[in-house]
Amino acid sequence: MPEQPRIERTHADRIQSERPMIEIRSVTRSYGAFRALDDASLTIREGEFFSLLGPSGCGKTTLLRMIAGFDNPTSGSIAVGGQSMEGIPANRRPTNMVFQSYAIFPHLNVEQNVAYGLKRLKLRGGEEKRRVEEALAQVSLTGLGKRLATELSGGQRQRVALARALVMRPKVLLLDEPLSALDKKLREQMQVELRRLQQAVGITFVLVTHDQYEALAMSDRIAVMFGGKIAQVASPKEIYQRPVNRQVADFLGGMNFVKAEIVEENGASLIVDTLGFGRIKTDKPKAFVRNGGGATLGIRPERLRVLWDNATAKFEVAGKVVERHYFGEITHLIVEIPGLEKPLSVTETNDFGADDIPVGTSIRLAYDPEALVAMAD
Amino acid sequence: MTVAAEGLPPLRTTRARRNALLQSEPVQGFALISPTLLYALILLVLPILVVIAHSFWTQHYLTIDRTFTLENYRVALTEPIYRDLLWRSLYISLTVSLFTVVLAYPIAYFISFHGGRHKSLWLFLITIPFWTSYLLRVMSWKVILGYNGVLNSGLMGLGIIDEPSTALLYNSSAVIITLTHAWAAFAILPIFVSLEKVDRTLVEAATDLGDDPLRSFLRVTLPLSAPGIISAALIVMIPTVGDYVTPKLVGGKDGVMIANTIQAQFGKAANWPLGAALSVTTMLIVSLMAGATVLIIRTLQRMAR
Repeated sequence: MPEQPRIERTHADRIQSERPMIEIRSVTRSYGAFRALDDASLTIREGEFFSLLGPSGCGKTTLLRMIAGFDNPTSGSIAVGGQSMEGIPANRRPTNMVFQSYAIFPHLNVEQNVAYGLKRLKLRGGEEKRRVEEALAQVSLTGLGKRLATELSGGQRQRVALARALVMRPKVLLLDEPLSALDKKLREQMQVELRRLQQAVGITFVLVTHDQYEALAMSDRIAVMFGGKIAQVASPKEIYQRPVNRQVADFLGGMNFVKAEIVEENGASLIVDTLGFGRIKTDKPKAFVRNGGGATLGIRPERLRVLWDNATAKFEVAGKVVERHYFGEITHLIVEIPGLEKPLSVTETNDFGADDIPVGTSIRLAYDPEALVAMAD
Repeated sequence: MTVAAEGLPPLRTTRARRNALLQSEPVQGFALISPTLLYALILLVLPILVVIAHSFWTQHYLTIDRTFTLENYRVALTEPIYRDLLWRSLYISLTVSLFTVVLAYPIAYFISFHGGRHKSLWLFLITIPFWTSYLLRVMSWKVILGYNGVLNSGLMGLGIIDEPSTALLYNSSAVIITLTHAWAAFAILPIFVSLEKVDRTLVEAATDLGDDPLRSFLRVTLPLSAPGIISAALIVMIPTVGDYVTPKLVGGKDGVMIANTIQAQFGKAANWPLGAALSVTTMLIVSLMAGATVLIIRTLQRMAR
């Protein structure tokens, strides 16, 4: 698995307001017979960093543009700050947007770009200048006010776009794939900065992204979308560890899928038989749908650990290494387990020599049965 | 290190060869444009030089006296008749440019922003008038504006006027109307091109920042389409100053322009040097006016911020 950006969460466990900021009720957007968004309902809380995550064409940008007012629902309603947005044009909504292309006005310099929306407010006595400078400072662009948009790097253009939106002090800041045009290193740096900025200003951020690591690293909560429908809304940890279905699991990094026979099903748990892992008791997901007598279990590659020498674990499976892929700090091992139709993918950090295990070696893997989660197909 | 050092000499020779190629690039460029360049040199630069030379000479019936004199320029600039004609030409061309740009902009805007899938169809429709000759188009204006013309008959039929108006044809206004119509397409195209280049997300960004449609147009779309406005103004202004056919056909006595006099000097009046001096003066003044127009539009663009 590629490197996961580590984010320092300065206020990771801060108490969040439970007050809803954006309420999306059964919103559908059709283009002829095609439904870009299909009966989507969602509540985004005040002060939350919320991500809409999904592959291209899943409807996430359509939803964002409808919150901004650039598009209107075919049916359903959107409210921001308790006020229905129906019939309110984009220029009178309490939202501001950071565009994917940044949309920096090429005929204006940085200062004029940031002050663009303030001009109309006719602020008195240097208030406009003060707010522009404050916004530039927030995005670390102090001193670049006189630069032309054409003289800025991609990262700087992005900061101008952010400052230009933040200076309006919106209730909600909408970000449309703001980091996709940046290179990897800058992108990871901006993830940290965006998160810090959001916590500093306390504005509700709604981010659209197709990058699962970006969503996991920055968000308080994530909505995963596929084909115009919202598949799951939960915290990053919940989404990653307890995906509701195979599609969500697959989209958020590697996942080993294991077929299982249901032995017993009761209120909160399932007892299943698997070929490789034997009999397992697992939590029953809320929206669990029985697939005949079977179920699908999933385990993340990093939740399987190689057992060295004579080490033993309470739960282990034995297999044979068939492939090895080196990724610097980690190694991917593909391990064939007798009885499993597909070999397991295992991620091991390179501190104990996982990168030296020869292909063909018989090894044992330790796992925690709790890491095996049941999901819909 | 040694391996790298050994690898250097052949590398240097390939680089030298590439440099030689790069150096010949201007040569290749000239080769590519040479037919047009020769054409322009022989048929544009040389004649202009001949005209400039003539403007400093004097004509005695059929012979040209080649002694240097500024007399022709004195006449061109101080004789009231030439001065008036020059002023009228500049006034007509400026007015035509202004009207043409103002009328062409909404059309270009409509095609660019609301043309949808039919943009090329709209552009094609705009070129339809060019299927007939320019003379025919001017003549048809005579039919519309004439004493017994469409407009007079229509106004009389509606009871707005009692007898045909003679104020419609054979004056500067008739020249302005005809030229504005004739040059519309040439103004629409450059404005359309510059509007096409305006990134639509910029307009969305302006809306997002609180601008209503009129404000976002004035603050974003209009300043960003200024290059198109400048080209359109110049494309119309420069040729119309020297227009000769239109004033001849619809201008009458009051619509005569400088080009008609220049033509007369080279024809009936048989004073080539004076004609040449008038031409050079007109050229210089048009250049100044074009420069001034660019400056004014740029300043307006800056003020829009």
